[in-house]
Amino acid sequence: MTGAAPPVLATRGLCKSFGSLVVADGVDLEIPAGARHALIGPNGAGKTTLVNLVTGMLRPNGGQIFLGAEDVTAAAPEQRVGRGLARTFQVNALFPALTALEAVTLAICERNGVARCWWRSIAGFTAEIDEAHAILASLSIASVCHRPTRELAYGHQRLLEIALALASRPKVLLLDEPTAGVPRSESAELFEAIAGLSRDIAVLFIEHDMSIVFRFASRITVMVSGRILVEGTPDEIAHDEQVRAVYLGSRHHG
Amino acid sequence: MSTDTMALDARRHIARQIRWRPAEVIFWLATLLPFVLFPTHLVLASQIAITALFALSLDLILGYAGIVSLGHAAFFGLGAYTAGLLSKHGWGEPLSGLVLSALVAGIVGFAASLVIARFRHLALIMITLGMGLLLHEAANSASWLTGGVDGLQGVKMWQVLGQFRFDLYGYTAYSYALAVLFLSFLLVRRIVHSPFGLALRGIRENSVRMTAIGASARAHVRKVYTISAALAGVAGALLTQTTSTVSLETLGFQRSAEVLVMLVLGGAGRLYGGLVGAIIFMSARDQFSGITPLYWYFWIGTLLVAVVLFLPNGILGGLARLRWRRR
Repeated sequence: MTGAAPPVLATRGLCKSFGSLVVADGVDLEIPAGARHALIGPNGAGKTTLVNLVTGMLRPNGGQIFLGAEDVTAAAPEQRVGRGLARTFQVNALFPALTALEAVTLAICERNGVARCWWRSIAGFTAEIDEAHAILASLSIASVCHRPTRELAYGHQRLLEIALALASRPKVLLLDEPTAGVPRSESAELFEAIAGLSRDIAVLFIEHDMSIVFRFASRITVMVSGRILVEGTPDEIAHDEQVRAVYLGSRHHG
Repeated sequence: MSTDTMALDARRHIARQIRWRPAEVIFWLATLLPFVLFPTHLVLASQIAITALFALSLDLILGYAGIVSLGHAAFFGLGAYTAGLLSKHGWGEPLSGLVLSALVAGIVGFAASLVIARFRHLALIMITLGMGLLLHEAANSASWLTGGVDGLQGVKMWQVLGQFRFDLYGYTAYSYALAVLFLSFLLVRRIVHSPFGLALRGIRENSVRMTAIGASARAHVRKVYTISAALAGVAGALLTQTTSTVSLETLGFQRSAEVLVMLVLGGAGRLYGGLVGAIIFMSARDQFSGITPLYWYFWIGTLLVAVVLFLPNGILGGLARLRWRRR
C-alpha cells in the first residue's frame, strides 16, 4: 500500500486485556478505501474483540484508532458511527418489534439528526422512508419490509443487519461473521450482496468459510491469540507456512 | 409491482399506522357519556381521567422507551403540591397552576433523568423506588411546608377560565380534567408517531443497537423522562385543583405501584393501554369496595395474575390479537 491514499481505518499498537487474559496485543491494521479485507483466525483469536475495540464498545488499554486522519480512540461509539464507521453483529442485534422498514428509517433519521424531532409525524419524512426502502430493495428484502423483524426468516434478518449498518452511510463497514448460522447454500448468495456494495465503502469482514474468504477478499489478515500473525493477498496467505500450521496443524494427526 | 410503486406503498404503509382509527373516535366520544348516563358519578369520572393521564405519562417511558419506574408518583406528587402551595399562597388560577406544576415536575424529572439514563432493568427499579421513597419522606418531615400527614390545608381554586366554578357534582371537574387529558393525549400521540417516538421504541427493543446506528440513547431517554415527569405533574396538579386538598398519599409508593398495575392491565406501549387500565381499575375499585371493601386487593390481584398469564400484552394487546386472528 505504498504511495496509496491514507487508509480509511487504521489501528496502531492496539492492546486490550481482561485481567491476565490478553485479547489484543499490539494490533496494527490498515484498511485502504474500497478494500474487501477479511479477518480470519481460530476461535478466541480476538477477532470480535478487535471489532468491539474499533467501534468503541470496548476501551483499549493502549494504542490508537484512526478514522481517516482523525484519532477516534477516545470517541463514543455513536460518534464513530457519525464519522463513517458502521458494524453488524455476529448474533443478530435487531429491533424485534419494529418492521424492517421502521428500523432502517430510524437509522437514517439518526444519521440525518432528525430523530430528536418529536413534533412532526414520521409520515412526513418521505425522503428518509424512500431511502430506507431503497436500501432494503438493494438487498432484496423490500418485499418483507412491513413485517415485524421477529417474524422475518433468519437469512432476511442477517440482511437486515447489513441494511441497518448501510443506513448510516459508512465509509468503513465491519461485518462480524455475516453468514453466521446461515446455511452454506445461502451464504454465497448473501456474500454476493456484500460484494455488490459500492466501492466507496471499505469492508472488513470476519468469516470462517475459507471458500468465501478467498473468493471475496482482496486482502486477508490472520489473527492468532490477539496478535496479527500475517497479512497479505489471498495468494500469499494460501501459501503461507505459518497459516497452514495454524489451520492444518491440529488436523495433521487425523 | 415496480420499485417506485413499492416505495410509494412504503410511505402509505407508514402513514396508515398513524391515521386516526374509528375505534379511537368512538372512544373519545364515549368519554362524554358520563355527563348523560352517570351524572351523579362525575367526581369519580374526573378522578379516572386524572389517573388516566398519570398512566399515559408512565406509558411514554415504560411502554415506549422501556424505562421501568416504581417511583413515578414522585412527579405526580410534585405537581400536586406545587398546585396546592400556589393556591394556598394566593394564586388559585387553575391553568397557570397546571403550567407551573408541569414546569416544577419537569425540572426535577430532568435532574433525575441524568441518573436514570445510565441504568436499566433491576437497577432502574431500585433507583426510581428509592427516589420516590426519598421524596415521600422529605414531604412528610417538611410539615411546615406540606402539612405533613395532615395534608395541605387551605387550597382554594379560582374559576376555570374565569367562568366555571368547581361545583359539588364534579361537572366542572370532569369537563376540565377530560379536556386536559385529551390535549395531553394529542401531544403524546404526536410524540409517539414522530421520529423521536420511533427512536424510543428502538431503545426499548435494543439499546445496544441504537448506539451502533449512531444514536445517543441517553439523550433520548433524558428527553422522554422529562416530558413524562411534566405530564405526571399536570395529573397531580389536576387532582389538587379538582379536590382542593393535597395529601401525602399523592407521593406514596402505593400510587406508583397502582399506576403500573393499570398500565400492565390495559396494555403498555399502546397509547390507550393506560386509559383503559385506569377506567377498569378505578371503576372496579369503586364497585368492589362498595360490596367487600376488605377484599378489594384480592380481586385486583386475581385480575392482574389472570391478565399477565393469559394476555401478556394487556387487555388491548389481547383484543388486537383477537382481531388479527379473525382476519
